[in-house]
Amino acid sequence: MLILSIASVSFVFLIGAGLYWRAAPLFEQHTLLSLLRTSEWAPSSGKFGFYPFIMGTLWVTFIAIVVALPLCLLTSIYLTEYSKSSIRKIILPLVNILAGIPPVIYGVWGIFFVVPLVREYAAPNFMEHSSGYTVLTGGVVLAVMIFPILVSIVSEVLRTIPKELKDASLSLGATKWETIKKVVFKRALPGIVAATVLAVSRAFGETIAVLMVCGNVPIAPTSVFDGGYPLPALIANNFGEMMSIPLYDSALMLAALLLFVIIFLFNLVSRIILNRIEHKYS
Amino acid sequence: MGLKQRKTEETIFKVLMVSACIVVSSSLFLIVGTIVAKGLPYLTWDMVSKVPKGGFYIGKEGGVLNAIIGSLYLAGGATVLGLIISIPISVYLNIYLKSGSPLSKSAKLAYDVLFGIPSIVYGAFAFSIMIWLGVRASLLGGVIAVTLLIIPILVRTLDEVITTVPKELKHAALSLGATRWEAAKVVLRQIRPGIYTAILLAFGRGIGDVASVLFTAGFSDNIPKYIDEPAATLPLAIFFQLGSPIPEVQGRAYASALILTIIILIIVVVSHFLGAKQAKHKI
Amino acid sequence: MTQHPLISVRNLNVHIDGHHILKNVNINIPDKSVTSIIGPSGCGKTTLLKTFNRLLDDTANVRVTGSVLVDDEDIYAPHAEVTHIRKKMGLLSQRPYPLPMSIYDNVAYGPRIHGVRKKSELDAIVEKQLKDTGLWDEVKDRLHGPAAKLSIGQQQRLCLARGLAVEPEIILGDESTSALDPISTHKIEDLFVRLKEHYTIVLVTHILRQARRISDYIIFVYLGEIVEFGPTEEVLLNPKEELTRQYVKGFIS
Repeated sequence: MLILSIASVSFVFLIGAGLYWRAAPLFEQHTLLSLLRTSEWAPSSGKFGFYPFIMGTLWVTFIAIVVALPLCLLTSIYLTEYSKSSIRKIILPLVNILAGIPPVIYGVWGIFFVVPLVREYAAPNFMEHSSGYTVLTGGVVLAVMIFPILVSIVSEVLRTIPKELKDASLSLGATKWETIKKVVFKRALPGIVAATVLAVSRAFGETIAVLMVCGNVPIAPTSVFDGGYPLPALIANNFGEMMSIPLYDSALMLAALLLFVIIFLFNLVSRIILNRIEHKYS
Repeated sequence: MGLKQRKTEETIFKVLMVSACIVVSSSLFLIVGTIVAKGLPYLTWDMVSKVPKGGFYIGKEGGVLNAIIGSLYLAGGATVLGLIISIPISVYLNIYLKSGSPLSKSAKLAYDVLFGIPSIVYGAFAFSIMIWLGVRASLLGGVIAVTLLIIPILVRTLDEVITTVPKELKHAALSLGATRWEAAKVVLRQIRPGIYTAILLAFGRGIGDVASVLFTAGFSDNIPKYIDEPAATLPLAIFFQLGSPIPEVQGRAYASALILTIIILIIVVVSHFLGAKQAKHKI
Repeated sequence: MTQHPLISVRNLNVHIDGHHILKNVNINIPDKSVTSIIGPSGCGKTTLLKTFNRLLDDTANVRVTGSVLVDDEDIYAPHAEVTHIRKKMGLLSQRPYPLPMSIYDNVAYGPRIHGVRKKSELDAIVEKQLKDTGLWDEVKDRLHGPAAKLSIGQQQRLCLARGLAVEPEIILGDESTSALDPISTHKIEDLFVRLKEHYTIVLVTHILRQARRISDYIIFVYLGEIVEFGPTEEVLLNPKEELTRQYVKGFIS
């Protein structure tokens, strides 16, 4: 058992090492910086510019956070501070069910609900012609996927704030909302940051749902109504061909490695913050 | 700011908060509703009892039995394998090691991180292993990938449940002269509903994931008879058939989506009950 | 030597979670004096205190009937403005709860909420309150440092300064020295005695010696009912009720 446990810790590094090993041949021909900055993606001519895919990932993740964070903060504050506990007992589990729904189902929903919405209502409002398969669509679908993480962690953080602290503010004549704005929020901030970081790392790595609704156009997006091609989608879409073109498999492994490193770091940071909070206030 | 303005600000935000809450909570119904609307018309007895005739991509007849059975085999196998590996690890980390030991802390942190790694990375990694071992895309390949994926889930969930058992229970067993393994069995018995919940959670994740099986499990029109045959899975059945121009094939995709959703919802409801039962038994 | 009552409680009944916590309370709290509420734990002392500034509103499943008149206005009337009422009362809890901000901002929090914007005004308020509570010399060089870094005794005095900054008429203390060391306790008790010149002070305490040291009046609460009320020396040394006599027996001996 000891061996298994030690093996699993080293497993993390094993994955990273394995991916690096497969990606290494690529570095013989290009530097890491040039790979990340160039935009041309033509594997058969040996051109591997990762820039559009990095941008695609960033756009989609950014939109997801912009949509989800305010909604989830407001919802969490409502559930912990204002609503009856019976409402909270029903809604929190309900939101958590969202976490169990497989991404491919989100993809189907995205195609049949969000894509038409963007195509027929959102884009025309901004004078844009769009197929509906856009980074906006991907962002919205991703946003719903991260609702459970944000709502459950932020609610938990809010719940740990001592009543007496809120009482102190209330007895000075502040309204409940002012208390939340000025006292509760400040105290909860590290936890909210940690939750956001976790949600971002989840959004970064989501492959299938985004792939199904993003259009998969290998050009960096310039507007929310453009199609995009996030890193995970790149890997998933091209795995079939990767063995037939030289260096293609290394490129995809590099993409996987990039994802792995970024998500690893994000996860580490947020877990450390969350652990610190739990330690400080328990 | 006058009192009136302060109260108005609060009222505005209250309205915003309730609206946000409604949006967030109704999204679940939106999603399930869309799936039901698209899938229900195609959910016939044929659909769940037959395999696709004439090739899954163009054949107009038959159903998705291949995917249903394939998914069950795959997720089931991976869950069993995952359990065999995860239970000893959790037991070791929580019961054998002294609480707070650096190995246990770094292991838990490692698992938290592994938990957050996207399934596509697991798929890519498993694929590398498969090439190295000479395994081709098959049920075995899929099982390897999904097992890797769900081990962190199992360890983490088991971990959370085991830590709810007060250490006095372990001490009580040990002071009666039990070996560490016997004490472990006592603790495990205590949290039995929690273990079931962990199994269900991992199974649910395993059966619904696409990225890990995309290049490891292959796809097939038939039900696999041996472990080295390619296997169809529900998520891939959706993924591959959704874009087909033939309505019957699309219909299979919708039906698969609905079946998958139903399976997941059943898992959620059952694990909720088990969670409640676990709470009831807390000392 | 009856002083005009500032707080008048009439037929107050409080039910929490179905339990009848306060029963038919009728009492007048005299103005500009220190009144201590004593009694065994769990008898409703803190609940009574929390009805005065309607902090009880924040607890679930609470039912309040009767009236509490402050300055002859019923604070439980249907249209009473809660934040206005709370401004009139300062609350000092058992453990100090400095707000998560600097020392300066803690004291300025109340005035800012109620509309004071000018820096010069806020500066003056902060300085006055910190001087009045004896903290000024100790913190004047780190006004913008975090309040959390103060010692517990200092934090409690800060909370008092914070409460005084909104110019209340009444100060409520809920066992406010029980978490402090003897020296800090002494400082706070001295403050209360000094402050009663301008404020009405109501303290919940389970330390009879403290009640004797600083209060003018004593209320004895037992199982949610007011058993006795009167000047300190009378209640402690010559109680009218048998229950009171039993409770203070240890003290008088």
